[in-house]
Amino acid sequence: MNKILVGVICGVVLGAIDGATAWFYPETRPVIGGILMGSTFKGMLVGLFSGWYARKVQSTQRGILLGAGLGLLFAFLVAYMDAQKGAPHYLQIMMPGFVTGAIIGFCTQRVGTTPKSASAGVPGDTRSA
Amino acid sequence: MSEAPLSDSVLDHLRRVTALPDLSGTRYELEDEIGRGGLGVVYRARDRQLDRPVALKVLDQAMAGEARLIARLEHPAIVPIHDAGLLPDGRAFYAMKLVAGARLDRYVAAAPSPAERLRVFRRVAEALAFAHARGAIHRDLKPQNVMVGEFGEVYVMDWGVEGVAGTPAFRAPEASLDAQSDIYALGALLAFLLPTPAPPALRAVAHKAMAPAPDARYRDVPALLADIERFQEGAAVEAWREPLWHAFRRFWSRNTALLWLLAAYAVVKLLLFFWGRR
Repeated sequence: MNKILVGVICGVVLGAIDGATAWFYPETRPVIGGILMGSTFKGMLVGLFSGWYARKVQSTQRGILLGAGLGLLFAFLVAYMDAQKGAPHYLQIMMPGFVTGAIIGFCTQRVGTTPKSASAGVPGDTRSA
Repeated sequence: MSEAPLSDSVLDHLRRVTALPDLSGTRYELEDEIGRGGLGVVYRARDRQLDRPVALKVLDQAMAGEARLIARLEHPAIVPIHDAGLLPDGRAFYAMKLVAGARLDRYVAAAPSPAERLRVFRRVAEALAFAHARGAIHRDLKPQNVMVGEFGEVYVMDWGVEGVAGTPAFRAPEASLDAQSDIYALGALLAFLLPTPAPPALRAVAHKAMAPAPDARYRDVPALLADIERFQEGAAVEAWREPLWHAFRRFWSRNTALLWLLAAYAVVKLLLFFWGRR
């Protein structure tokens, strides 16, 4: 499977699960729909970029770092927008976003295929010594 | 006049000299005997025309087919043939690249790492898969017929001809030799290469390749190679139904980072949950 697709699927699933955990906080239950959508979209974006990066660079360590960084960045944006509406929840949004991003980065490195370079496997591309 | 008896050393020398092949009329100059292989003797010789050392195999019988067989197999792990011909006494010979390095049995005695042993094994198996795909079989695969060069290059030598019986420890039990008997020999070679103690998954791969019934072995060399690749990637091999604890340990070592990340996520969520309820 294409690494970008792996990233998007992984991001959507983990983002949705992360968003769904808001149900455990009674004060957020009335807006759970918005949280779910926002978290899913955030996960999808992290997966998209992590998948694209995994096609270029094959390194689990770097993939995890990039995923974590992107997760943190998008979680900060979400937390910032949330803070404009009322009480800030930076820690509650950014810490899980950071770890979820790292997991997405890991998955895009370990799962999925990288397209072969354009020159490989071209019929007739043979050379003699 | 009394005749002095010839000493043993003189007799040995005479025996050696008379056994040497007559290379007159060829472009090669004999230097030394390297070894004795299936149905022939291999010498170190010099190609006078190109001024380079070669390995010259002189066959006991007129079997030019062996040279033609190997010449068909152009592969980085198969010793290339430079030339073939007939000696004045009618015996066939062929000249091939002289590989500087160690025979596999001597190479293994130097205790290379398990990863290096598997690298060499994979190169041998790839050469065999290539030959099988072209309808050729080795018939006498054993450590003595594999060379590891100075720079780690691997060469499979002494490709067999009809009539080669194989070497007992590496020979399949069936009467007729075919691609399946090469797979048996490959399994025996893997067993020979494995360090002690060997991972049970690799022992199982060697066992499956060496199954007494040809049908119980791997169907072809690529299938065996795929199992080796699975082992190297930390996946389960086809040849071994591993116990549950082993599967868990393998899963843990393969996905340590993921499991730590999931644990970190659970801890973060729990901490935030209890912190929020204060």
